[in-house]
Amino acid sequence: MSAAIDNHWYPVAMISGIDAPRETLLLGKKIKLGREDGICWVKDASGTPLPTVERFGHLWTSPGQPNRDLFTIPEADSPGRRLVDVGSVKVKCSPLRAVENFLDIAHFPFVHTDILGAEPHTEVDRYDVKIREEVDEVWATKVKFFQPQAAKSAAGGITTEYMYRVPAPTCSVLYKTCPPRPGEWDIITLFVQPLTDEWCEVWPWMALYDDDSTMSEMVSFQQLIFMQDRSILENQLPRKLPLDPGMEVPTQADMTSVAYRRWLKKIGYTYGAQLVAA
Amino acid sequence: MILYDYVLSARCYKVRLMAALLGAPLTLQAVNFHPGREHKSPEMLVLNPNGTLPILKDGDTVLTDSADILRHLTSDHPEWRSADDDTWLAFASNLNDSLGLARLHDVIGYAADIDTARTAGVTALRKLEAHLTEQRFDDLIFLTGKAPTIADIACFPNTALAPDGGVSLDPYPSVRLWMRAIRSLPGFIEMPGIHRLHELAHPA
Repeated sequence: MSAAIDNHWYPVAMISGIDAPRETLLLGKKIKLGREDGICWVKDASGTPLPTVERFGHLWTSPGQPNRDLFTIPEADSPGRRLVDVGSVKVKCSPLRAVENFLDIAHFPFVHTDILGAEPHTEVDRYDVKIREEVDEVWATKVKFFQPQAAKSAAGGITTEYMYRVPAPTCSVLYKTCPPRPGEWDIITLFVQPLTDEWCEVWPWMALYDDDSTMSEMVSFQQLIFMQDRSILENQLPRKLPLDPGMEVPTQADMTSVAYRRWLKKIGYTYGAQLVAA
Repeated sequence: MILYDYVLSARCYKVRLMAALLGAPLTLQAVNFHPGREHKSPEMLVLNPNGTLPILKDGDTVLTDSADILRHLTSDHPEWRSADDDTWLAFASNLNDSLGLARLHDVIGYAADIDTARTAGVTALRKLEAHLTEQRFDDLIFLTGKAPTIADIACFPNTALAPDGGVSLDPYPSVRLWMRAIRSLPGFIEMPGIHRLHELAHPA
């Protein structure tokens, strides 16, 4: 595997869920992880320790030598937020397809009907997208969409504003209008562990302002949303994400996806991707 | 009535679906089955020593078996019952132990012999397909007759969710028509992995 793929941080477990040592896959290779005296460890198949970071309630590791720290989400540290470990769901799809689906708004009325979208409110207005070279991240801003039930805490339909951020090839952070606190953003993340290039374990995590819902209700809400996506993700073709134009024709609503694919190509991140043969 | 519910559970969905089709009000109490294992917590074990879901609480009555709950919900609705229901409620249990187990394995990493679970699931689907095909020859779309009963509601969820566990429904056209008939029922509600019929059902 190339350094462009190995030298990233990847989520491999929810810290609160680590009891006995266990095996999992990362980029097609077996790794072992566990926790001793409160400190998490990860080893590769030959028993060599791999670097670790404990952040956002999850354990992160890298098979390579990351040249920078795992990204941060400073807004998540503000007091009053409830941090929600959603648990993981396994999906037979490219890790990049899982991230791309998370970045897409146009499917809401059809896949998350009456929750994140509803017919006839299907149009995606123009929004801004850019690759922020200085931080090497993809950002989509000024995304607006009508949602019947934007969050567990939403009482009725509202026009929700979104910002999407891709701080690492298999991670995305969503900043979203917080129904009980207009002016603040709810934070919903999708951390994707590439088991192989066509199989992933997805670890959603949230930092929300919601004083009313129980933790179980917030977990349920997010699992409901993600499981609605799962059957779609497992049926997408081609199975690997095409990074070159031509295989799939984007529309204006797909600007974030176009930027994401362009950025993956630029940084040489081809795991779970397909390139048109030269 | 209170349903202690897990949103991704096929068995909990049977209860939600039955109540929705009857128009019976149900208060949902979310239980963090995964990753929280809340169904095994001391509070929940008091309610159900078996530590399983669903649990239905109706006044002083507490029911923990989904077949019993379907019978309870329809106790005043003879139109939702037939003489053949018991056979299909038992069959639904097979579906849960095969297709349902494969799904939990593939989705949230349940320990299972996945090949055995899928093979048993395919065997069950073939039986279901054969039966529904016979029914169709007699112009009967549902499992026990012209109208749906608790037999259909019990067997529908794990069948419809089979692809979640890596079992395709492509080879079973009668099963797919039957599922479409259920999804067309007035008051039908979906669950993640089972999408509702959109406008395609009624082209303008």
